[in-house]
Amino acid sequence: MTQSLDDRQMPFASIFVPDFPVEAILRGEPELRLRAMAVLEGKPPLQKVFALNENARRASIELGMTKLQVEACTDLVLRSRSLLQEAVAHAALLDCAQSFSPRVENTACDTLLLDLAGLESLFGPLPKIARDMARRASDLGLEANVAVASNADTAMLAARGFSGVTVIPVGEEADRLGNLPLNVLFAGLPSDDQKQNAEQFLETLERWGIRNLRSLSALPEIAISERLGQEGVRLQQLARGATSRTLVPFDPPLVFQEAVELEYPLVLLKPLAFLLQRMLNQLCARLAARALAAQELRLKLELENGWQSEDGEIRALSAALNPELPSRRSARTGEGTRSHTARGLFQRTLRLPVPMLDAKVFLKLLQLDLKAHPPGAPIMKIHLSAEPARPRNSQNGLFLPASPEPEKLELTLARISGIVGENRVGSLELLDTNRPEAFRMQHFAPSEPRGLKPDWEGHDFSRADKPFTFVVPSGLQPTRNLLFRLFSQPGKQCPDPDQRSGNLQPGSTPQEAGNSNGAVTALRIFRPPLRVTVTLRDGKPKHIVCSKREKVQGEIIWLAGLWRSSGDWWEQEGWARDEWDIALQTEPGIALYRLVHDLLSGRWFIEGTYD
Amino acid sequence: MSSSLFGAPLARDIFFAFSPSLEPEALLKRLSEVPKLAGVTLASRLEIRAAPETVSSGISEIDTLIGRLPRGCLTEVCGPASSGRTSLLLAAIAAATRRQEICALVDTSDALDPPSAPAAGVDLQRLLWVRCCASNREGHDFSRANKTFPKTRTLAPEKKKNAKSEDAVEQALRVTDLLLQSGGFGLIAIDLGDVPIKTARRIPLTSWFRFRRAVEHTPTVLLVISQQSCAQTCASLLLRLEGEKLSALSYQRSVNAHFGNALDSMVGVSRAEEVFANPGTSACEVPNHAQLLQGLSIRAQVLRSRLERKPVKSDHAAFRTKMPWAG
Repeated sequence: MTQSLDDRQMPFASIFVPDFPVEAILRGEPELRLRAMAVLEGKPPLQKVFALNENARRASIELGMTKLQVEACTDLVLRSRSLLQEAVAHAALLDCAQSFSPRVENTACDTLLLDLAGLESLFGPLPKIARDMARRASDLGLEANVAVASNADTAMLAARGFSGVTVIPVGEEADRLGNLPLNVLFAGLPSDDQKQNAEQFLETLERWGIRNLRSLSALPEIAISERLGQEGVRLQQLARGATSRTLVPFDPPLVFQEAVELEYPLVLLKPLAFLLQRMLNQLCARLAARALAAQELRLKLELENGWQSEDGEIRALSAALNPELPSRRSARTGEGTRSHTARGLFQRTLRLPVPMLDAKVFLKLLQLDLKAHPPGAPIMKIHLSAEPARPRNSQNGLFLPASPEPEKLELTLARISGIVGENRVGSLELLDTNRPEAFRMQHFAPSEPRGLKPDWEGHDFSRADKPFTFVVPSGLQPTRNLLFRLFSQPGKQCPDPDQRSGNLQPGSTPQEAGNSNGAVTALRIFRPPLRVTVTLRDGKPKHIVCSKREKVQGEIIWLAGLWRSSGDWWEQEGWARDEWDIALQTEPGIALYRLVHDLLSGRWFIEGTYD
Repeated sequence: MSSSLFGAPLARDIFFAFSPSLEPEALLKRLSEVPKLAGVTLASRLEIRAAPETVSSGISEIDTLIGRLPRGCLTEVCGPASSGRTSLLLAAIAAATRRQEICALVDTSDALDPPSAPAAGVDLQRLLWVRCCASNREGHDFSRANKTFPKTRTLAPEKKKNAKSEDAVEQALRVTDLLLQSGGFGLIAIDLGDVPIKTARRIPLTSWFRFRRAVEHTPTVLLVISQQSCAQTCASLLLRLEGEKLSALSYQRSVNAHFGNALDSMVGVSRAEEVFANPGTSACEVPNHAQLLQGLSIRAQVLRSRLERKPVKSDHAAFRTKMPWAG
């Protein structure tokens, strides 16, 4: 079992998932794995058993039984066949195979063939590779048989015939395959014609008393050719493990999608979270198998209300993942029909600042998002897909300041959004305009800290890719700036913040002391601005009264201005205003405010206070 | 039974422990071997709490006064309107972002002026701005809110304002909790500057204790600005700011008794000096557009400090702030 294959032979592996339709459903409901389960197909009430697991066979359930017949078995779990979940399970199987070898043949929806040439130096001896494959398939929710042999067909037959992990040494193919029944030669045939021919072959061989591959391989080749033709010779070669063929590699699209079709509509978010957790675990396992992470999560819920053509989408996904599935479906259901079901669509997209691979974080983010944006109708189907990206591999420097972990930060931001509301948390981006309150919120994604440099060049205030950071808009208060330049000494320039010198404190870095010699007077904005009644004298404000705040009223004891500005007059949202800086006497002392006269509406406002 | 089993040996141990013939070292060792005292750390072995690491506040005068902002502590800055609280806040955030730390501003009143932040030197990419606002109910836990408040309620304007402030403060406290739990922030600032004093004082002391415990042993500076002290004894450092003078470019004059009646020096503007020197010319006759607010003179006073390091010279200091256009 553990002998290695001859180096001159190309080793192949085959992964086979028995009872694939059942496994596809058990992937989403692993708690049913120990129970007898049957998958039904067909339109009610003519549903028949299409697939079943080993426990169901022990309970005397057989393929082709009607739903009415199998319902007599009380312990049996019945599920409808889900092409969507089969397509997703097949994609997971492909991911499992692709994580070991780049040369994978998509033999059938439940069978894959891999070329293992040269992989021993990477993953170890062939038995270990086979065991790892089975384990990884199990991690992805599929219990698979894995077989390794010197030729592809032998590996495939062994995977279909032997459960668990099988390694067939070179030269022992016929001996090891000999005990297998004849029907393994005809498993996985896609069309009904081929199945009919296979049944004829089996019937003929049965009449000859040939019941296993050893008996078939012992027959004289010329006699088989005379009686069964070239197909018979080919089957005998298969039984002897002596065929040789070229692998047809399949390059699957890099699609990471999980889907669940529900028997009953989901109404509450809590049971949805359980399903999402399973799907996310599967998604993360698939991404991890391909050494990838998720950059974006897309959740699509098909709801009970509304109209949505679902058939096209499922077929598109099935076609992308497995070209065989639609034809099988057409053959079995006799369709080509497009079923329109009463379902709405609800979509949410989570863009992550950095590629992540943590199912718990994803689940929490989705929960918080769904809590803030509930679907609004019972859920029938769940599609969850991830946009793959290379995982983040960064190492923090020893001397760099600590920063929040991206996963934790993302969760925190989502939670804060749930408290203060959407678009009220993030980083600030100034817009290139003189319009007041010209800014927008953007998702908070701090850049990685750069190494602290011992000179003043450590701070790049004029990064070309981020034009609004650190740069004071030059035309912010043009009239004030102009006045200052007129009155100030000639040649005096507004110093750049990074060029100011400061007193270096003991233990402080130059970066810390860069702006320590004088703070900038900040303005505190009142949102919304305070409406005031202004008494004018000689065209200047002399007294203001604010009904909303008692402190903001009284005689104006100092005044500067007016500073007139306007803009966007060519658009509907034009603005024009006069600004005054005023000082009022308040109880604790003097308070400085910015008084604004909106020239379009004629109203007066207190926009903020200098603090 | 228990006394016969355990009481006698204990009494004997204590007797031996306090025997005058034992050396102090042996005495301590003996005491630690007493079963009932095994888990108790002797007072003589209690470690002295290390002085917290400090970082620059961005204003050298303040750094000199308070010995810089302590990490892992709650620092409170209080003062009335136009006392320089926001200027100090932005200076501290700017200093932190210059150190490439991530900062968070929990803006209870949604009062941050966007252009002021980059003008103060704040790296906007490293500042997380949380805009708490009572009027925005989007994303709220409506189920909880509905249980707390009836659906239809008519409040007087003043009560309505207080209720809004309470909502915003509640949001701010919850957000601060989340930020502190998240960790990794260099500075977390809570802006309670426009919250009514009555509302700010209703913040439970347990919240401040929780914040103090959460920020302890972390490299985070927790900075709170308010009108009056509300964190009470939970604040390791309490700083009070007051506006002293108003500086204008064309001329500077006293505007009331609080600012002082002294005529400040002219900032090299002879024309304005001439206008103001003329006794017959009132301030109103000076063209207002010829005046420009240049900044504020702020007086800072340390009201309480639980840090080891004492203020260098005195408990107060003065500094000036400049308008963005004044350089």
